[in-house]
Amino acid sequence: MIVKVNRRDFVKVVSAAGAGLVLGVRLDAQSTKNDTHPLGAFVDIGTDGFVTVYVSKSDMGQGVRTSLPMIVAEEMDADWKMVRIRQADLDKKYGRQGTGGSGSIRSMWTPLRQAGASARAMLVAAAAAKWGVDAKEIAVSKGVVSHGAHKATFGELAADAAKLEVPKEVALKDPSKFTIIGKKANRLDNPDLLKGKSQYGIDVRVPGMLYAVVLHSPVFGGKVASIDDSKARQVKGVKHVVKLEPIGTDMPWAGVGVVADSTWAAMKGRDALVVTWDEGAAKDESTESFRKEMHELVTKEGKRVRNDGDVDAALAASGAKKLEATYEVPYLAHATMEPMNATASVTKDGLEMWLPSQFPDWAAGSAGGAIGLKPEQVKVHVTLLGGGFGRRAFPDTAIQATLLSKAAGAPVHVQWTREDDMTHDYYRPASVHRVAAALDADGKLHGWHHRMSSAGINTYMGNGEPHDSETGGIDDLGYAIPHLRLEYAPAKSAVPRGWWRSVENSANAFVVESFMDELARAAGKDPIEFHLALLPAGKVIEPSNARMKDYAFKADRLRRVIETVRDKSGWGRAAPAGRGRGFAAWWSFVSYVAQVAEVSVGKDGTPRVHRIVTAIDCGIAVNPDGIAQQVEGAVVYGLSAALKEAITIKGGAVEQSNFHDFELLRFDEMPVVEVHIIPSAEPPSGTGEPGLPPTAPAVANAIFAATGKRVRRLPFTASS
Amino acid sequence: MKLTVNGKPHDVSSASDTPLLWVLRDELAMTGTKFGCGLGLCGSCTVLADGDPIRSCSTSLADVKGKKIITIEGLSPTLAHPLQKAWIAENVPQCGYCQAGQIMSAAGLLMKKKKPSDADIDEAMNGNLCRCGTYQRIRRAIHRAADEV
Repeated sequence: MIVKVNRRDFVKVVSAAGAGLVLGVRLDAQSTKNDTHPLGAFVDIGTDGFVTVYVSKSDMGQGVRTSLPMIVAEEMDADWKMVRIRQADLDKKYGRQGTGGSGSIRSMWTPLRQAGASARAMLVAAAAAKWGVDAKEIAVSKGVVSHGAHKATFGELAADAAKLEVPKEVALKDPSKFTIIGKKANRLDNPDLLKGKSQYGIDVRVPGMLYAVVLHSPVFGGKVASIDDSKARQVKGVKHVVKLEPIGTDMPWAGVGVVADSTWAAMKGRDALVVTWDEGAAKDESTESFRKEMHELVTKEGKRVRNDGDVDAALAASGAKKLEATYEVPYLAHATMEPMNATASVTKDGLEMWLPSQFPDWAAGSAGGAIGLKPEQVKVHVTLLGGGFGRRAFPDTAIQATLLSKAAGAPVHVQWTREDDMTHDYYRPASVHRVAAALDADGKLHGWHHRMSSAGINTYMGNGEPHDSETGGIDDLGYAIPHLRLEYAPAKSAVPRGWWRSVENSANAFVVESFMDELARAAGKDPIEFHLALLPAGKVIEPSNARMKDYAFKADRLRRVIETVRDKSGWGRAAPAGRGRGFAAWWSFVSYVAQVAEVSVGKDGTPRVHRIVTAIDCGIAVNPDGIAQQVEGAVVYGLSAALKEAITIKGGAVEQSNFHDFELLRFDEMPVVEVHIIPSAEPPSGTGEPGLPPTAPAVANAIFAATGKRVRRLPFTASS
Repeated sequence: MKLTVNGKPHDVSSASDTPLLWVLRDELAMTGTKFGCGLGLCGSCTVLADGDPIRSCSTSLADVKGKKIITIEGLSPTLAHPLQKAWIAENVPQCGYCQAGQIMSAAGLLMKKKKPSDADIDEAMNGNLCRCGTYQRIRRAIHRAADEV
């Protein structure tokens, strides 16, 4: 990972006029006195000494607007107090800007270290030239460059440094020398946020902007049959009523947009619309009909996705102890706190958008494409995201805003209500799993036969193999199980599907880790010991994807998180009266997480989660408190799903509409969550999602420990 | 009509049935107060009206006539308010979207109870949802702010 190159070999002092890579000097908009000087794509330095880091990933709460700048500042030897951030507009110079898969730190780790080291090298070279000394002898600490009696701040060197060529190769720091990475850093966004000044998508205000809401077809795939907008147009402030046609899966919603001079006027206009719908084929779909299909599909052989050893023989062997069970999870909505929205301005020159988007590149392509523009005619500014969790990957509202702006001839902010958001999501797929397993004479797991059915994300999007978006975590399950077969059968559903925090891991961990608990108990073994027995010391599974070669599965790392929660949770000692403890572990987004939940169940059958002890190994911990936040958040997101959430379908439409019937965990239900971060020298891996998968099975297993009742369907209320 | 927000009187022209939330956001361009559900179910839009936390998404302009409104913008422009300081000390926010509502509910609580118990906090904060799961840090921050006052 670390490129060892002597700085003198590559830092060439060149004149500003002669260097192809020299970037222009521009004035900071906020100050005429402070010039800012770009040192590469990601870093500007002001003559006031402030370092501005351009954040090219979207922040939906995962804290990349703090952790990514830490990486740059570390390699620069900048003073962290002098670091500021600016959200990068969509621009090829930043590389891929899509944010998802818990991959921001992992994918930006090396590029941002290089960006920081390059900026440092340019500052050092500028100082060396100014002082006539050897760059190798120059020291940098907290934004001050020095050599003997010479001393200069980054700000004093910025103008000269910006005239140099950005080095192609740079030496990166030895991680043992890190002073910023690995220490708690508070969110850089906190001060603005706590003054009410942060700008989310919903807060975008553009001169001349109009406000829009959309009446959507309640039934998936429905079309507008007729519109009577006579009353809507009489509402004070309503300016335009615009029919919106669906565009594939990028914008699957038929609807009628109402554009007005305020949000409230648009909402009142929408209430006054009379629209009839051609409901189409989906109107016959219900949760019951769909469940029935999935339950039938898992009784038959599906497509073999993984086939180790001979599972049929293992399960047929005499003397083997066999268990079989069926597990099930429902569709789920993302329910970000900021309802979906987008702002677009279509002019004769092109399209400009302000988006709370995880994938500004995707939005630019599809929204621009919807009105016949080329990518270079589309500008995108990324705002803060009031939650994302995968929902804000999709470009649907960007397309709506663009179509509405074009029709209105003015910039338009389209704002969904909570009801729009709840009923027009790209939902976490529901799935049904039939698992059968055999234990050998020593009670060790010998064979695992897993059949799964869902209407998957790939099937919906028309991308890739149907199982590829569904079977993760099982198709690469790292336990040493000699005989394992995984089969997948796609079911049909008109419900749009998308990536939801931890994607299929959210379902698959519940199934695998609950059934592991059943097997451990059937074998008369402690569930943690049962797991550890399947993780031989030193076992490494190399990834099939060469791009992930630095992220092999290492059994020892999973063992360590498991042993950590065992030791920190009081496992093996009696739980407090009336409570049971449950354990689960999972490897996802190339990070390792284990959890122990402590749960009691009330007389009415309601589970109460008191405490969750969790350990994560995500490689080098860039911002430990940020990681703790992500794991705490993932646990809560997972608890809401385990205890409460389900999206159900009737007549081809979602039955839930708001937080009264799609309930989230509330304040008084919050358990104590303890996060232990394993020290590691491995390259950093995901933290936004990996904390979620173990939560539901840890709680389910704790419910079993407390009551002897096995939960095999989520949410738990559906099982009881 | 006249509307006093953060000590400053405004003449507003929105229709009297307009929810206070949209008057603040669209007419007065004070966007710190957030829209979450429109039905008073999530608390993202919480502001203080004469010291009481109210859900501005489901409170009409007519309903707050003559009342003094405090929003997140009215706490302290220099982050000197104990709740702002405590929120920073505990590094509470993740996406941050619900936090204005959380803080205004907490502000309402601390005006009535100088040293709230955990049960008081549960009761005062139960109407404020956080999808990022910051509840345990919010609890610590409220205790911290109460200790400072």
